[in-house]
Amino acid sequence: MGKIRQWGIRHLRGCVQFVVTALSNGYVAGFLHGNIYRGNTKAICLPGLNCYSCPGALGACPIGAFQAVIGNRNYHFAFYVAGFLIFVGALMGRLVCGWLCPFGWIQELLYKIPFVKKLRKLPGDKWLRYLKYVILLVFVVLLPMTVLDLVGQGSPWFCKYICPSGTLMAGFPLAVLNPAIRAGMGGLFLWKVGILVVVALLSILVYRPFCRYLCPLGAVYGLFNPISLYRFRIDEARCTKCGICQKTWKLDIPVYQKPNSVECIRCGDCKKACPHGAIYTINKKSETISVPQKPCN
Amino acid sequence: MTEHGRNHIAYGLLAIGILFIAIGVFRGEAEVVLRQAVNICLECIGIG
Repeated sequence: MGKIRQWGIRHLRGCVQFVVTALSNGYVAGFLHGNIYRGNTKAICLPGLNCYSCPGALGACPIGAFQAVIGNRNYHFAFYVAGFLIFVGALMGRLVCGWLCPFGWIQELLYKIPFVKKLRKLPGDKWLRYLKYVILLVFVVLLPMTVLDLVGQGSPWFCKYICPSGTLMAGFPLAVLNPAIRAGMGGLFLWKVGILVVVALLSILVYRPFCRYLCPLGAVYGLFNPISLYRFRIDEARCTKCGICQKTWKLDIPVYQKPNSVECIRCGDCKKACPHGAIYTINKKSETISVPQKPCN
Repeated sequence: MTEHGRNHIAYGLLAIGILFIAIGVFRGEAEVVLRQAVNICLECIGIG
């Protein structure tokens, strides 16, 4: 029993990621018949990057939904989706990335594939991190809002030209299951497959490259990390600045200096690794801190 | 900034989030999202 409990604690995040992915893509009939779910729950956004054209998807992707509304000729701003992102961000910041995002989980699984040399970060990491903000501003906001067709509709530029999640979770299953869709695939599909292949190969080499460098949803949630109700705090009296948190953390950020970095996906590995129990989770209703799991050495 | 200050900002943003969602629903944005999401998004899957 003890071993099962220990296994559960060690793999809790992976279990949550699996359950969330399965539940949010639980329309099995879509996978059987090569179509998508058409029920009313599709009006509700899911917190993570989960393409709404995935045959199993029961909700909407917030990034796709945002582009759909601001690209609509009747609206110039997406209050509904922006409100959702602000609410989730203020509640938990990038905890979504670490625990609730299907595409983030897929990258983590790819990172488990053994390789001769794993990299802590890509060359140019310092600058590449800003790329996700450029993508957010240009491909998610500006282009869908300003480049319009003859009837005044914008396109979802991020979904169309970048999003590898849509290619993997929607493009491939529908291409396999639906002959009509398979027949319509051409150069754009090959372009998106190319992006997916590059992201997948990099995911074997580097931990979560899409989340770190490209994901506009992570860029939004990251901005909330310093103030979200779920956030970390360092107990200065316990912290020896040994740097174990940074070495353990695959995203390579000095947690003891920046516990609420915009890059932090709240996986919690740093908390588990700290030998002094110096990293705490802020309780949302007070300044008090949770009880440390390990005693001070 | 104190932890209380951060919490106050978070609570304020939660309220703004709820307000924005309500405004969006009132303006009919949820229907736009639904309409988009119940049809196969050709751009998303790479057909254009």
